[in-house]
Amino acid sequence: MMKTKFMKKIAAISLVSVGILTLVACSSASSDKSSSETVKVGILQYMEHESLTAAREGFVAELEANGYKEGEKLVLDYQNAQGDQANLQTISEQLIDGNDIVLAIATPAAQSLATVSTETPILFTAVTDPLSADLVESIEKPGGLLTGTSDQAPIDKQVELLGQAVPDAKTVGILYTTSERNSEVQVEQAKELFEKAGYKVVVKGITSTNEVQDATTSLMKDVDAIFVPTDNTIASTMTMIGELSVEHQIPVIGGSTDMVDEGGLLTYGTNYEALGRQTAKMAIKIIEGADVSETAVEYPETVSLHINEDIAKQLGIDTSKLSISE
Amino acid sequence: MDIILSSISQGLLWSVMAIGVYLTFRILDIADMTAEGSYPLGAAVCATGIVNGLNPLLATFLAMIAGMGAGLISGLLHTKLKIPALLTGIVTLTGLYSINLKILGKANVALLKQETLVTQLQDFGLAKTNAVLVIGIIFVLAVVGVLTLLLNTQIGLAIRSTGDNIPMSEANGINVDRMKIYGYMISNGLIALCGALLTQNNGYADLNSGTGTIVIGLASVIIAEVILRNLRLGWRLLSVVLGAVVYRLIILAILEIPGMDADLVKLFSAILLATVLYVPELQKKLNIRRPKLNGHA
Repeated sequence: MMKTKFMKKIAAISLVSVGILTLVACSSASSDKSSSETVKVGILQYMEHESLTAAREGFVAELEANGYKEGEKLVLDYQNAQGDQANLQTISEQLIDGNDIVLAIATPAAQSLATVSTETPILFTAVTDPLSADLVESIEKPGGLLTGTSDQAPIDKQVELLGQAVPDAKTVGILYTTSERNSEVQVEQAKELFEKAGYKVVVKGITSTNEVQDATTSLMKDVDAIFVPTDNTIASTMTMIGELSVEHQIPVIGGSTDMVDEGGLLTYGTNYEALGRQTAKMAIKIIEGADVSETAVEYPETVSLHINEDIAKQLGIDTSKLSISE
Repeated sequence: MDIILSSISQGLLWSVMAIGVYLTFRILDIADMTAEGSYPLGAAVCATGIVNGLNPLLATFLAMIAGMGAGLISGLLHTKLKIPALLTGIVTLTGLYSINLKILGKANVALLKQETLVTQLQDFGLAKTNAVLVIGIIFVLAVVGVLTLLLNTQIGLAIRSTGDNIPMSEANGINVDRMKIYGYMISNGLIALCGALLTQNNGYADLNSGTGTIVIGLASVIIAEVILRNLRLGWRLLSVVLGAVVYRLIILAILEIPGMDADLVKLFSAILLATVLYVPELQKKLNIRRPKLNGHA
C-alpha cells in the first residue's frame, strides 16, 4: 500500500516537472535568434523607479527616432527585476539568450548581465561608477562586452550653487542610503568638496524609506542646508523630504531633476530621459558594427540647472541670480 | 535547455539555504528571520575574503562559520533573554545590516574579475552552468550527508526531539535551550554558506541581497512537503533540494510566459505558489469524494 502511494507520488512529480520543463522549453524555443533584418533589443531594469523609467523611455524613443521602431525593425524584450536580486540571473540569461544587444538599467542589472554574457554586447545606463563596479577596465577603453553611460553629474557645481542659494550656510547635511553603492560614491566626493569649500559636514545614512522622516527631521535641526545624491531610496521619499524642508525652512539640493520636482530646491543634474537617448545613440553605433570594447563610456551630455520655483518661493530664496561658472 | 540547466544549478545552490530554513522551521519549530541577515553575511564574508586574496574555498567556509556566529546570537537572544522566536530573528537581522555593511565596506562589492570556486572550475574547461552544477551537487551531497549523520547522533536526536515536544524532552533530561542554540547555529551556518556560494555565482555581493530570501527557503520547504510526504530524514533533506529546484523552475516558467508584463511577475509568482500549496488540500478533497462516487456507481 505504502509503496503504491509512493509510486503515485513519484509519477505525479514527474508529470509536474515534465509539464514545467515543456512549458519552459516551448517558450524558449520560440525566442530563438533570427537572422532577418529586425534587431532584438533586451532591456533589464533593476527596479521600479522614476529616473530609471525615464532613462528607459528615452532609450526606446531615441531608437524609434532613428528608424528602429518597435514592431518594424525592432523587437523589444523589456524585463523589470522589481528589485529582486534572486531573480536577476534567470532574467539576465533569458535576455542574453534571445537578443542581439541588451540594455542594463542600474548597477545590479549590469553586473548580473555581465556574469552571464559570453558574446552579447551589453549597454548600461544610470550606473554611477562603472569602474568600481568592475563593469569596464577603463572609461576610454572598456575592453569587454560592456559600455554605456554613467549618470554622475559634476558635484563641484552643486557646491557652488548651494553657496549662491544659501549664502549664510555654515553646516551642510548629507543624507543617503547606506545600501546604495551609487550614493556612497557621490557622498564621498561631496563630503570632500563641501569641506574644501569651508563647510562643516554632517553625513547621515539611512537603511530604508521608513527611516527617512526621522533622519531628515533630526538632520534639519543641526544643519543650514541638505545635499542629497541621486539615491533611489531618497528619491522615493522626496515628497516627504520636501514638506519637511518647507516646515523647517532648510533647503534640499542635489539629486536628479525628478527628485527636485518632487520637493528639492535645485540641482545641477542629469536628465535621465536625455541620458537614455544618449545611450540609445551608442546602442545604434554598436548595432551597426562598432566594437563594444573600444566604445568609451560616456558621461551625461545633458546636465542642467534645474530649479523648483514653488519650493524656492516657500523658502524665500531668490533664484534669479543663480548661475554656473563654465 | 541551457537556461533550464542554469535554473537547476541555481536551485541546487538555493537548496543549501532551504535545508537551513527547514532545520529551524520544521525540526525546531521556529520561524527564523535571521536568514535574511545571515544570507548577505555569508555573501559579505566570502566576497571580502576573496577580494583580499583568500582562497575561495576557505572564504566559503569562513562565511559558514560567520553564519553560525549569527545563529549563536539569535539562539542566545531567544533562549537566554526569552525573546520570542520571530522577534529574535528580526533583532539579529537588523543588527546584521550594519555588520554586513562594515564587512563589505560598501554596499556592493564586485567579484567579476576575481578567482572564485566557479572560475576555478571553469579553468578546467567547464562552462559556467556546468561548473555551478558541479559545485551545487558537491555541496548539497556534503551538506545532506553530514547533516543526516549529525542528526542521527545523540545530540542530533536531542535536537529533533526538542522540536517535537519540549516538555517531554525536558523530562528526559535534554538541555532544550542548548539544542535550540545548536539548531540556530547549524541553520544559519548553512544559510550563510548558501550566500557565499551564490555570491560567487552572481559575481557580486550586495547588501540588499537578503531581502526575500526567507520566502525562497520556506517555499522550497513547503513545495518539498507537498510533493513528497512522510520521508525519512536523509530523503526528506534531499526532497527539500528538489523543492528548491522546482521553485526556481516555477519562477523560470513564469518569466518565460511570452508577452508577460514585467510588472506582474511577482503577482503571478504568488498565484502559482498559492496553487502549488493548495495541492495537498485538493488531494484530501479528492480522496474524500472518491468513495462516494464509487458508492453511487
